[in-house]
Amino acid sequence: MTERSTAADAPPRLALGRVSPGVIRLGLIGNWRLDQRIPTLTEAAALIERARAGASIAPKEVGFDTSDLADWDSALVTFIAGIERLCRERDLGCNGDALPAGLHRLLEMARTAPSVDQDGPPDRGPSFLTHLGLDLADLVQGTGEIMTFFGEGAIAVRHLLVGKARYRHSELWLLIQEAGADALPIVSLVSFLVGMILGYIGDQQLAQFGASIYVADLVGLATVIQMGALITGIVLAGRTGAAFAAHIGTMQVNEEVDALRTFGIPPMEFLVLPRMLALILMTPLLTLYADLLGILGGAFVGTTVGGVTLTAYLVQTQAAIGWNHIIQGLISATVYGAIVAASGCLRGMQCGRSAAAVGQATTSAVVTAIVFIVIAAAVLTVIFDAIGLSG
Amino acid sequence: MTAAERDQPDLAIRLEQVALGYGDTLVQQDLSFGIRRGEIFIIMGGSGCGKSTVMRALTGLLAPRQGRVLLRDASLWELPEARRAPLLRQVGVMYQSGALWSSMTLNENVALPLEQYTRLTAAQIRAVVDYKLALVGLEGVGGLYPGQISGGMRKRAGVARAMALDPDILFFDEPSAGLDPLSARRLDDLILELRASLGTTMVVITHDLDSIFLIGDDAVFLDAETHTMLTTGNPRQLRDHSKIPGVRAFLRRGES
Repeated sequence: MTERSTAADAPPRLALGRVSPGVIRLGLIGNWRLDQRIPTLTEAAALIERARAGASIAPKEVGFDTSDLADWDSALVTFIAGIERLCRERDLGCNGDALPAGLHRLLEMARTAPSVDQDGPPDRGPSFLTHLGLDLADLVQGTGEIMTFFGEGAIAVRHLLVGKARYRHSELWLLIQEAGADALPIVSLVSFLVGMILGYIGDQQLAQFGASIYVADLVGLATVIQMGALITGIVLAGRTGAAFAAHIGTMQVNEEVDALRTFGIPPMEFLVLPRMLALILMTPLLTLYADLLGILGGAFVGTTVGGVTLTAYLVQTQAAIGWNHIIQGLISATVYGAIVAASGCLRGMQCGRSAAAVGQATTSAVVTAIVFIVIAAAVLTVIFDAIGLSG
Repeated sequence: MTAAERDQPDLAIRLEQVALGYGDTLVQQDLSFGIRRGEIFIIMGGSGCGKSTVMRALTGLLAPRQGRVLLRDASLWELPEARRAPLLRQVGVMYQSGALWSSMTLNENVALPLEQYTRLTAAQIRAVVDYKLALVGLEGVGGLYPGQISGGMRKRAGVARAMALDPDILFFDEPSAGLDPLSARRLDDLILELRASLGTTMVVITHDLDSIFLIGDDAVFLDAETHTMLTTGNPRQLRDHSKIPGVRAFLRRGES
């Protein structure tokens, strides 16, 4: 690591050095540092081959000329290690005597460091069939975990019903506040805007028939039956479900869940139950609020763009919406709340023991929740139709 | 009761031919040793040999694949869940990083087991919590959250929480890991003082040689390569007299 003022900024270069019989001497010129563009081994190999072809006496070894070498670091060490490998492949000796003493020691250490035991040849990735088998095993294991989760959940609910569930009531109130009241701004914004969008699209079509007043029916029914619950569910999946998964996942990483278990406190009752309760209670309430904001969004468009008076719009909305529609929305909302809480808690409980696993658990919680919300929405629509609630 | 049990009536924990693993991975097998009441027992071995896994089996977190774990003469993993939980309440665990419940203050952390399992009033619980925190030298900071205190304090608070229900057996997972030498020494002293004053059986998982020689009455050495225990005995005697090269090298820091 000698620094010479003359060559302080010279880029690293490889050249054929002084010629002596039987020896190819590689000249290492300039600064061989990691921040420089280091010559590749291919270039070095080409140089060695050229020297071999031009030599009158067949060369036996490769040596180095370091008289113009300025600064060096790991870049040179790995390069020399590569040259040694090149020489072995070509049955040439590699004479590093001219190299700096420090570099010698580093090369020696790298050679003698005990390598970690490796079982067999490096893994080339599983074959298609292995993949299929592993995926199937994962699926079976995953299904088992989900079954255990719901089984333990059922026990927790039984304990709750007989008043023996172990959770802290203060925690439940905190969760209700976080999942409910704290979600009001985002729910307001999204449902008002969706109400406006529905109203605007509806008005564009209906105005052609002079039926702008029916925007109120369209927005009101769509919001109360489905959109309010759906918006709330999806907002909660991204907001609260993700938070549940991240919180419980981090508790897994920190062994906090283990600590609960050793005290005989079931995580299912202490962590999952209050979260399920909080969302099952708060999602219908948030949905009612989202319904109201959605209708107001529609009314805003109906009165400004559609030219309907506010009173007429609201009277029309009131006439269109029946209790059966509101009940459909609230039942859906309860189901979505349960789905969001269950996915968040399940993924959190399944979380591995690393920071990356917490990230995966969070992502997976949101995806699982949204997928099952959409499936539930479809199934519930069919059920409501079958039992005559949608009439 | 077998002959062996009559010979050693004062065992707090006994392992019989225990094998442990996760999924396809075998961690340890053929583990048979006893931990006497009131002693400080060290579970030692190199990194990755399965020390913490053994602790998980002894504290009710991981069922062994084979063999029996006897806690106060009851076979832990053969009991139905409803009877295992009360037995495990005789066991307190200090986890490696404290594992304090991060959404609760130190007071609440120590109080939670008391709220769950005792009939004490809120004021009585408060008094017990203050006493336990004072025992570990944390008086006056009970209102802080785990995120607001240092790693050493977190471990001490973990000890206070582990002692909340006055357990017969206390487990310490790597007490000195991640601590400066002075804090590590203070934690060792705390373990010695608690044993002297409470008579609690202590099981300490560690690879810290200073700790091992300072506090260990008895020890088991787990080996990562053969996946089993190599020997048991007093750590100082093992250092001076053990014939097993792996154990000698470990206890003498690689010097023969």
